[in-house]
Amino acid sequence: MAPWWLLLTASALLVAWIALTQAGHQTWSMTKVGITSIPRRLGASAIVVVGIAGVVGVLIALLAMGAGFERTLKLTGSDDTAIVLQTGQKNETGSTISLDSIGAISQMRPVLRNARDEAIGSPEVVLSVSLPNRSTGLDASLALRGVGPHIWELWPGIKIREGRVFQPGLRELIAGKDASSRFSGLKVGSSVKLEGQSWAVVGAFDSGDAHNSEIWGDTQALSSAYHREGFANSLILRLKGPGALEMLRTNVESDPRLKVYVQTTRAYFGQQSESFSRMMSIVGSAIGAIMAVGAIFGAINATYMSIEGRTREISTLRALGFRRLPVIASVLLETMILAALGGTLGAFLAWAIFDGFTAVTMGQTGQIVFALDVSPTLVCDGIKWALAIGFVGGLIPAARAASQSIVKGLRAT
Amino acid sequence: MKFVPLVWAALMRRKARTMLTVLSVLIAFLLFGLLDSVRSTFDNAGQSSPGRSRILVTPKSGMGTKPLPFSLLTQITDIPGVMGIDYASYVVGTYQDPKNSIAVEAHPESFFQLYPEVSVKSEELSALRGTRTGVLAGEMLIHKFGWKVGDKIALLTAQPRKDGSTVWTFDLVGSFHFTDENMKINEVLLYGNYQYVEEARAQEAGTVTYYSVKVASPSDVDRVAALIDHATANSNHETKSQSENAWANAQLQQYGDLGFVVTSIMGAVFFTLLLLTGHTMLRAVHERIPEIAVLKTLGFRGKKIVALILFESMSIVLIGALIGLVTAMLAVTWVRSLEILPIPISSVGTDVWLRGISAAVVLGIVVGILPAVRGLRLRIVDALSGR
Repeated sequence: MAPWWLLLTASALLVAWIALTQAGHQTWSMTKVGITSIPRRLGASAIVVVGIAGVVGVLIALLAMGAGFERTLKLTGSDDTAIVLQTGQKNETGSTISLDSIGAISQMRPVLRNARDEAIGSPEVVLSVSLPNRSTGLDASLALRGVGPHIWELWPGIKIREGRVFQPGLRELIAGKDASSRFSGLKVGSSVKLEGQSWAVVGAFDSGDAHNSEIWGDTQALSSAYHREGFANSLILRLKGPGALEMLRTNVESDPRLKVYVQTTRAYFGQQSESFSRMMSIVGSAIGAIMAVGAIFGAINATYMSIEGRTREISTLRALGFRRLPVIASVLLETMILAALGGTLGAFLAWAIFDGFTAVTMGQTGQIVFALDVSPTLVCDGIKWALAIGFVGGLIPAARAASQSIVKGLRAT
Repeated sequence: MKFVPLVWAALMRRKARTMLTVLSVLIAFLLFGLLDSVRSTFDNAGQSSPGRSRILVTPKSGMGTKPLPFSLLTQITDIPGVMGIDYASYVVGTYQDPKNSIAVEAHPESFFQLYPEVSVKSEELSALRGTRTGVLAGEMLIHKFGWKVGDKIALLTAQPRKDGSTVWTFDLVGSFHFTDENMKINEVLLYGNYQYVEEARAQEAGTVTYYSVKVASPSDVDRVAALIDHATANSNHETKSQSENAWANAQLQQYGDLGFVVTSIMGAVFFTLLLLTGHTMLRAVHERIPEIAVLKTLGFRGKKIVALILFESMSIVLIGALIGLVTAMLAVTWVRSLEILPIPISSVGTDVWLRGISAAVVLGIVVGILPAVRGLRLRIVDALSGR
């Protein structure tokens, strides 16, 4: 996509040309006539606007899916917390870390300690469970995460919306906001059967990120229920401050017993969104491109029809001494103004309907709920697409309008 | 039929306009063909008619979340209505490059009786039975890696073997394929011998990932599935049993509501198209008002005028739709030949064609109706005098 400075320079040059040259003046007066006569050619103009609005709206909505998923996962992590995983494993579910290693890493200097001089860290187990979806009744999977006792110091932003926190060692669970709204049996006060045992749902939390799609319990209680004593899948730690990550990395690498690697939680969770975001950007651009070709044909067609209605007017102006260039420029300018209007309309509709719209897809261990994110960048991209369509769609009819015979044009009905 | 030249003349009156309109229709139906094929690929993936009378028994927490004990085999076999049973364990690893993730699905011999739709040459099947470390590769994999019978396939895994290594080496003894389009997703697998995997692995010995149970007819599925789940209730390996098709459907549903996305996109596209072709048709008829008046003067009845105009709008939309759908077919064939997608898109099928043509017919009528009514209401005197 063209960078903004290029577009700005082009527009500045255009304004200067219109203001300073005679051809520019002619263009401007023709464009004014063109724009004021749009109501008489409403149908043709509407085709350009609506056609381009459709392309831009669909494009933005699809890209907003990828962007929203990425945002939700990036929000899930932070830069001042680190996740420790087994070397060679990309996901928590595939990784195992022994309790000895967890103890050793927690004692390292770069790890922040709380007022009681305990390392702020959470050894976590991540399991996948399958529950019936509330609306479809079909089984869907979600992540069940065992978290350590320091979890609330690790993620201070998480709020308990209802009920209370689970008690360590007990078979109690709390459910994320999206998990409890989507799955039956996760209401506070109900109970879920895991491994043949009954677990009470004692609370609901809101983290505002991908954790909302999970259910949480105590790491130890879950490890023993699932016969996974002696290890966790990952260890999440709060770092002391800038530079602490590098230090932790060095410490971990210098200990030959540890077969683990460290990254920020933001990097880790962000990575989980990569393939989906990339897929959405490919799919969105491909569908957008096909629709854009259709919109270009539509715009050419509509502009032809507009010009046909103005044949006599254009020929008269040409007979009066208007040159070809102002004719081309004014037709093009009009189409591009309509295109910009369509682009803005499409972007607005996409934003009004889809910004914050929740969607679900499959994450590594379970479904993740995310909100579509129509960002200003996406809106700008959409409008750039609109201008490009308007330019290509207006060029051919504009050239034709300028090249038609004046005499024939004057005789047109 | 004798009016074809008349409609043709009307269409050729402004060639550029007709062509551009047809092109817009073409693009819309190209997109429709592509998106609807993708949707039907997802809707139908893993759905087969033998799958309707097979029950997939997985842990209640979902397939792959934990293994099921081998002891369930006799328990399930004893349940009345069970005609045959198959089970599988996986060896999952990467081949040559960390990006090439490959799974070996290790089955007992009963697999090929339970799944008659797997096409294997009989000599390759006996080679698999005769080679402990043997595997059959799906044809998609054979194409992707250019494997030949006799190749050794080494997978880097996270699953330790009894000999301490985590590298599993298999011998390629043949290939398999599915004739049913919907089952082609399985051609990315390797089929191996359960006995070998069971004996070689250091962890999860004596377990399987799932059981597959054959019942006499689809109507037995619910009853037998309930009996299996009842037998495992309150144990530490509770199961969830359902027909293979139901399971496949639930899996794909989890990735998102593709149907909604496709419907929304096509809604936007067809709305725009309606406006475009509708406006073009109105213009085309408007320009020909004197001609229509002449036709009426010559004795053409209102009905015939309506039919002519509808025929014209229908031609534009149907020609565009036909070419668009054919282009979609070619495009799908091309994408399939690239073999870059995890699931091969099914070709533009009869269902897609039917839906596409119905949409085109509806569109053609809607677009033609307004100009047709205009032609019908036309008063000869006014029209001829240019009022």
